[in-house]
Amino acid sequence: MNIVVLVKQVPDTATERKLSSDDNTLDRAASDGVINELDEYAIEEALLLKEKHGGEVTILTMGPDQATDSIRKALSMGADKAVHLVDDALHGSDALQTAYALSKALGTLEFDLVVLGSESTDARTGIVGAALAEYLGLPQLTLAGKVDVDGQAIRIQRATDYGHDVVEAQLPAVVSVVEKINEPRYPSFKLIMQAKKKPVAKLSAADAGIDTALVGLGNAATETVDFAPAPPRAAGTVIKDEGDGGVKAADFLAEKKFV
Amino acid sequence: MAEVLVLVDHVDGEVKKVTTELLTAARRVGEPSAVWIGDGAEAAQARLAEFGAVKVYAASAELNDYVVAPKAELLAHLAREKSAAAVLVSATPENKEVAGRAAVKLGSGVLTDVVDLTADLVAEHSVFGGAVVTHARVRTGVPVVAVRPNSVPAEPAPAQAEVEQVSVELSAAATAARVVERVVQEKGARPELTEAAIVVSGGRGVGSDDFTVVENLADALGAAVGASRAAVDSGWYPNQFQVGQTGKTVSPNLYVALGISGAIQHRAGMQTSKNIVAVNKDPEAPIFELADFGVVGDLHTVAPQLTEEINKRR
Ligand SMILES: Cc1cc2nc3c(=O)[nH]c(=O)nc-3n(C[C@H](O)[C@H](O)[C@H](O)COP(=O)(O)OP(=O)(O)OC[C@H]3O[C@@H](n4cnc5c(N)ncnc54)[C@H](O)[C@@H]3O)c2cc1C
Ligand SMILES: Cc1cc2nc3c(=O)[nH]c(=O)nc-3n(C[C@H](O)[C@H](O)[C@H](O)COP(=O)(O)OP(=O)(O)OC[C@H]3O[C@@H](n4cnc5c(N)ncnc54)[C@H](O)[C@@H]3O)c2cc1C
Repeated sequence: MNIVVLVKQVPDTATERKLSSDDNTLDRAASDGVINELDEYAIEEALLLKEKHGGEVTILTMGPDQATDSIRKALSMGADKAVHLVDDALHGSDALQTAYALSKALGTLEFDLVVLGSESTDARTGIVGAALAEYLGLPQLTLAGKVDVDGQAIRIQRATDYGHDVVEAQLPAVVSVVEKINEPRYPSFKLIMQAKKKPVAKLSAADAGIDTALVGLGNAATETVDFAPAPPRAAGTVIKDEGDGGVKAADFLAEKKFV
Repeated sequence: MAEVLVLVDHVDGEVKKVTTELLTAARRVGEPSAVWIGDGAEAAQARLAEFGAVKVYAASAELNDYVVAPKAELLAHLAREKSAAAVLVSATPENKEVAGRAAVKLGSGVLTDVVDLTADLVAEHSVFGGAVVTHARVRTGVPVVAVRPNSVPAEPAPAQAEVEQVSVELSAAATAARVVERVVQEKGARPELTEAAIVVSGGRGVGSDDFTVVENLADALGAAVGASRAAVDSGWYPNQFQVGQTGKTVSPNLYVALGISGAIQHRAGMQTSKNIVAVNKDPEAPIFELADFGVVGDLHTVAPQLTEEINKRR
C-alpha cells in the first residue's frame, strides 16, 4: 500500500509568531520552522499501516526552501522518500489554493492513501483535508481517531461532538488524523543517518501541472486586509488567598452577574 | 435584500445556541435563510424565525449518512440558486470542512474561526493563540464564513419563516464515504464544551484523576468542564474535553482555570473568553496575565470554598 503523508512546516508555537507587514502573510524568518505537530501523528499512522500492509511512505510538503529541515525530520521517522513542492508562485496561497496545489502534486504520484493532520498550528483552518478530497474526487475520511485497512476497504472512527462515527469507503482515500490516534515515534540515530541519503524530489508548479494563475497571494480568493497585536486585556485583580480566596472570587463573579 | 444562508446546528430537533448567533450575524449582511438538514424543520421554524429567519430550507436526513460532501453540495446548490450574499456555518471541525468543500464548489474563498463579521463581510480573526487580531475578506465568489460559537451575541428579531423542502442530486463522490455507525458517548447533564456560556477547566494542579473539585464548581455555575493537555495526557480527563491548540477552542463569557499554568498552547483555545478567573498557587503563573480575577492559592481549598459560596448565594 503506497501512502503519501502531507507535512506542513509551521513556526514553532513556543516562539513569538508574526505576520509580515509587507504582505500580511506569515513571517517565516521570525520563528524556527518545525513539523506541524499533528503531521507527526499522520506520519506515525502511515508507518504503522506500512508495517502491516507493506508498500512505501512518501512525504509531500509544499513550502519554501527551508521546509527541507522538516522533510528530513519526517524521513528520519522512517518515511521512504519525499517530494518538495516549492515555487515562488505558491507564496501566500490560501487554504483552498494550497489544497488545489497539493492535489496537483498528488496527481504526479501513485498512492492508495493520503494521510494528513486534521489541523495546522499556525493557520488552523482545518479544511485542507476536506478540500483535497473535493479536488481529487476521493472519499473523505477526516478527523480519524482509528484507521483500519482490509484489502481495498478502509474504515475509520471519525471524531464528532457526540463521540464518533464509524465511516467506510474504498481506497484510494484521504484520511486526516486527530491527536489521540497514536504516539509518534522518536527517530533513532540510525534512521537519522539514513534519512540524509533518502531521495527528496523537488517539484515546481509547472512540474506538477499547477496553473499559476490559480495560486499565490495575488490570485487568492481570500485577502487579509490588516492585522495588529491583540489589544492588551485590562489588568485584572490578583489576590493572595488568606483563607477567604473562594469568597472573594464569588464576590467577583457576583459583581459580573455570574452568581 | 439578498439572502444569507445559515446552516443550522441542531440536536434531536433542538436548535443550538450558535445558530441563533449566526442568524444574528447574518442579519447584518442580508436576510437570513436557515438551512435545515434532517427531520423536524417545521417544529423548529418558530425558534429560527425568532432570530430573523425568513426562510427555512429543509433537506432530507439522508445527507447525514455520508461524510461532509452532501452538505457542501446542498449549500453550494442553494447559494447558486438563491444568489446568496454569503453562507454562514458554525466553526466546528465538521462544519469548517463543509465550508471548505462548499467554497471549492462555488469557486469562492472561505474564512474560518471568525470572531466577528461586519455588514460588508469583513471578518475578524483571533490568531496565534489570541496574540494577533486580523481582518480578512473574501474577494472572489460567495463568501463562505465559519463563525466561532459565543462570538456574536444572539439577539432576537422576530420574523415569519416559511419552510421550503429542498433536495439535491448527490454525486457519486459525495456518497463515497458512508457513515455505518454512530457512537454516542454519555455526556451527562453538562452543557457542551464549545457552546457553554461558562467553562471550568482543570490542569495538572488538580493532581489526580479525581476531577470532582472541578466538576463541583462547574455544576454550581451550570458550566461545562474542560481540561488542559497535561491533565488529559495524564489520563485524568477524557480527550474530548481538552481545551487549547490541539483541543477545542472555547470562547465563553466566563472561563475558570484551576491549576493551569497558561501555556501558549492552552491560551490558543481560551484567550477570547470574555472573563477569565484563575486559581494557581504560583504567583508567577502566566495565566494571571490573562486573568480578570486571580487567586494565588491552593485550588483544593479555594475552589471548594468558591463552590460552597455560589451554592449559598443561589
Ligand atoms: C493566521 C492565518 C490565518 C489564515 N486564515 C485563513 C482563512 O481563514 N482562509 C484561508 O483560505 N486561508 C487562511 N490562511 C492561509 C492558510 O493557512 C494557508 O493557505 C495554509 O497553507 C493552509 O491552511 P492550514 O494550514 O490552515 O491547513 P489545515 O487544513 O489546518 O491543515 C491540515 C493539514 O493539511 C496539510 N497541509 C496544510 N498545508 C500544507 C502544506 N503547505 N504542505 C503539506 N501539507 C499541508 C497538513 O498535513 C496539515 O496538518 C491563514 C493563514 C494564517 C497564517
Ligand atoms: C504542539 C503543542 C500543542 C499543545 N496543545 C495543547 C492544548 O491543546 N491544550 C493544552 O492545555 N496544552 C497544550 N499543549 C501543552 C502546553 O504546552 C502545556 O504543557 C500544558 O497546557 C500544561 O498544562 P497545565 O497548565 O495543566 O500544566 P502545568 O504547566 O504543569 O501547570 C500546572 C499549574 O498548576 C499549578 N498548581 C499545581 N498544584 C496546584 C494546586 N494545588 N493549587 C493551585 N495550583 C496548582 C502550578 O503552579 C502550575 O502553574 C501543547 C503543547 C504543544 C507543544
